[in-house]
Amino acid sequence: MSIVQNLLDLIRQEMATHNVSTLHSVKIKHGKLTHVVPEALDFAWEALTRDTEFEGAGLETEEVPLVLKCGGCGREFTPEGLAAMISPCPYCEEQIGHELVSGRELHIEHIEAE
Amino acid sequence: MQIPVVRNILEANDRMSAELKKLFDDRGILVLNLMSSPGAGKTALLEKTLAELAGEYKMAVIEGDLQTDNDARRVAATGAQAVQINTDGGCHLDGSMVLSALESLDLDGLDILFIENVGNLVCPAEFNLGEDACVALLSVTEGDDKPEKYPLLFHKSEAMVLNKVDLLPYVDFDLDKAAGQGKRINEDIQVFPLSCRSGEGLAPWYEWLRTKVTDKKG
Repeated sequence: MSIVQNLLDLIRQEMATHNVSTLHSVKIKHGKLTHVVPEALDFAWEALTRDTEFEGAGLETEEVPLVLKCGGCGREFTPEGLAAMISPCPYCEEQIGHELVSGRELHIEHIEAE
Repeated sequence: MQIPVVRNILEANDRMSAELKKLFDDRGILVLNLMSSPGAGKTALLEKTLAELAGEYKMAVIEGDLQTDNDARRVAATGAQAVQINTDGGCHLDGSMVLSALESLDLDGLDILFIENVGNLVCPAEFNLGEDACVALLSVTEGDDKPEKYPLLFHKSEAMVLNKVDLLPYVDFDLDKAAGQGKRINEDIQVFPLSCRSGEGLAPWYEWLRTKVTDKKG
């Protein structure tokens, strides 16, 4: 809910800046490590846009994969499996000290409006 | 038409967090954001800490809960300043809530401000509150695989407190496993196994706090 409220504020600002009044859709990207559940966002989007100027506009979400940089050999990899953050490096099997390269994103990509 | 935007959705909160951080930095106040599941012992840890370090530091607490002021009253009983924020169903604190809580706090001469977040291992980790460090609490009556299940919280935290170790003989919690998972997610995380009930293991936690206060004051 808070995420969608923040999103709506940003959309209003951007639409005013670009002088457009009808929103068709918005696309957002969310990293694997953020706690975003697309279905929950859809639900919040429906609830918070109902009876507003954005009613009927679409919300498109895209997940950004988790990419770690190995703490041992420095190569980048996308961990397989469910316990993603504690996976050993597939190249050198190092388990400790991986750096997060991507997976924390939570941003708007673009809006479709006129 | 398509309008490229590329803006962080939580930028309003990040901006507020940066303002709060500056306000705390200017006054040299160490701010810690405590996060855990409900019942892990955040309030118990604060009660102990506020009582034991009362002679050394001036401390205050912002308490976040869905409802009631039970925790603020527990904390205030130690003599420390406490402000309760009721989120009324909200699952985390955000920067604006902390900002409004500051209206009821006297920051003069304050050394440490503890922010006790809403009991939840998920959402609080997304919202920065101007803190110097996050502290993740787990208790041994929970699963020892919590770091693996909720990695973001442990990735963000500088310290991991494992509370209720006096109960270890009665539960299946593997202390080394939980600490090891924490270290694998965040190599630099400091681990403090302790019991707020028996007092065991609290000394290293206090030592860490003293170091953090000294670092903050430069």
